[in-house]
Amino acid sequence: MMRKLKDDVLLCLIYLAAFLAEFLLIGILAYVFVRGFPHISWHFLTTVTSILEGTVGIAGNIVNTIYMVVLTLAIAVPVGIGSAIYLNEYARPGKVVRLIEFTTQTLSGIPSIIFGLFGMVFFGVTLGLGYSILTGALTLSLMVLPLITRNTQEALKAVPESYRNGAVGMGAGKWYMIRTILLPSAMPGIVTGIILAVGRILGESAALLFTAGSGYFLPRSFGGWFHKLVESGGTLTIQLYLSMEKAQYDTAFGIAVVLLGMVLCLNLVTRVMVSRFEMPKYTDAGGR
Amino acid sequence: MSQNKISTDKLNLYYGDNHILKDITIGIRAKAVTALIGPSGCGKSTFLKSLNRMNDLIDGVRIEGTVYLDGKDIYGPQVDVTRLRKRVGMVFQQPNPFPMSIYDNIAYGPKVHGVKSKERLDEIVEQSLRQAAVWEEVENQLRKPALGLSGGQKQRLCIARALAVEPEVLLMDEPTSALDPASTLKVEELINRLKRKYTIIIVTHNMQQAVRVSDDTAFFLLGEMVECGTTDRLFARPTDRRTKEYITGKFG
Repeated sequence: MMRKLKDDVLLCLIYLAAFLAEFLLIGILAYVFVRGFPHISWHFLTTVTSILEGTVGIAGNIVNTIYMVVLTLAIAVPVGIGSAIYLNEYARPGKVVRLIEFTTQTLSGIPSIIFGLFGMVFFGVTLGLGYSILTGALTLSLMVLPLITRNTQEALKAVPESYRNGAVGMGAGKWYMIRTILLPSAMPGIVTGIILAVGRILGESAALLFTAGSGYFLPRSFGGWFHKLVESGGTLTIQLYLSMEKAQYDTAFGIAVVLLGMVLCLNLVTRVMVSRFEMPKYTDAGGR
Repeated sequence: MSQNKISTDKLNLYYGDNHILKDITIGIRAKAVTALIGPSGCGKSTFLKSLNRMNDLIDGVRIEGTVYLDGKDIYGPQVDVTRLRKRVGMVFQQPNPFPMSIYDNIAYGPKVHGVKSKERLDEIVEQSLRQAAVWEEVENQLRKPALGLSGGQKQRLCIARALAVEPEVLLMDEPTSALDPASTLKVEELINRLKRKYTIIIVTHNMQQAVRVSDDTAFFLLGEMVECGTTDRLFARPTDRRTKEYITGKFG
């Protein structure tokens, strides 16, 4: 009898926990959406804030965000995948590799403001890049590098040794084998790493505040789109932070809804991409 | 001994401080099946892998002595390992098709060695699958993932994949140990057919299998090659006491 009672109580607690977790998440999403959605308009999305006209717009921040994501990935993805391939396939396992792996792991746990401090002083001042999207992207690259490297490495480790032997046994060179067998097999893991990285880039504020700054203008000419790289540019998250600071909560919630929308889209895209890379029926169950 | 396809002369292999292969000297006849038998850990698989330099991939392996393929030392300085592995193909214990379509699995090797033309690849794929006696079962699903095949089909696919680069020698490392009896029989039949064209060396745990498929047999024990000869002779009249004890099931 006691046992039954105990089971029921536990079950109730588990349901409660599950409900709380779901409810809180949905509650936050709903609250942000309800508060922010009314402030989203075509005008809000396609213009920049003008003090003269007294209007508020986040077009510049949206562009900055896209720049930041693309540029950071352009730097971090090749370096991250390259280093994972090196660590897993070329380097001899031993102290050096373990040290690098340990460092990478530690790096991913460092508070982002420290990356911001380093980025500002090193890229901004020492290299003279100042407050710019480039400085921000370089700083963020350092920050997301461990994510991409680790995920790629884990994915490479999961590729069965028999694939390697099969390819090499047929005379394939090492790089050919990596390109044709390992990377395609590891693709779902690599994509996961990239998506996590994009998530961090979208959500980052501390590391960007003093590196990329808070510029919010759109380029005025064709050349301006290139020049933008070395100009200050605040992402949506930075603008959100600044709006909160100035107690402009309507704008802040508007931006929050846009950000949530972006994250949601990103997750959907990831699911589709990963499911496309994962070939169906890959179990060893035997039959066709 | 001009009909020997492969021969080794005092081949020694060390893994770290362990002496794995000890002074192996053997001749392998061309277009015949040679079985390597012996208890686990006797070095027969390691010996097999040293014939197409698969041991190169393992850190800490050191090799002394020589392995001749058609009279040329395969560990010589000018040897192109890619060329060597094209001539000496390998089939592994666990069927290991790549995670791609059946067609792409077979076309992988030819592509490695520079075959690009679509027609030529189509030809090779069909021909290899036919040779490996798996064509009828897969001809309508060439674009389907190879990992969806049954265990026995996978192994014959792997044999087809090895044949696709037109090797001269086929090394088989316990190719049926992961298969059921029916699939094993198919692979054994296949081996019997393939020996008309290829020199085959097969490692096996199963002495009945050695008797069924091989022309010559070599018995390995503790890193030494104890005895070799025609399969009929070796199983009927072993000259070494240890061979006799092993084949009569006293140990192993």
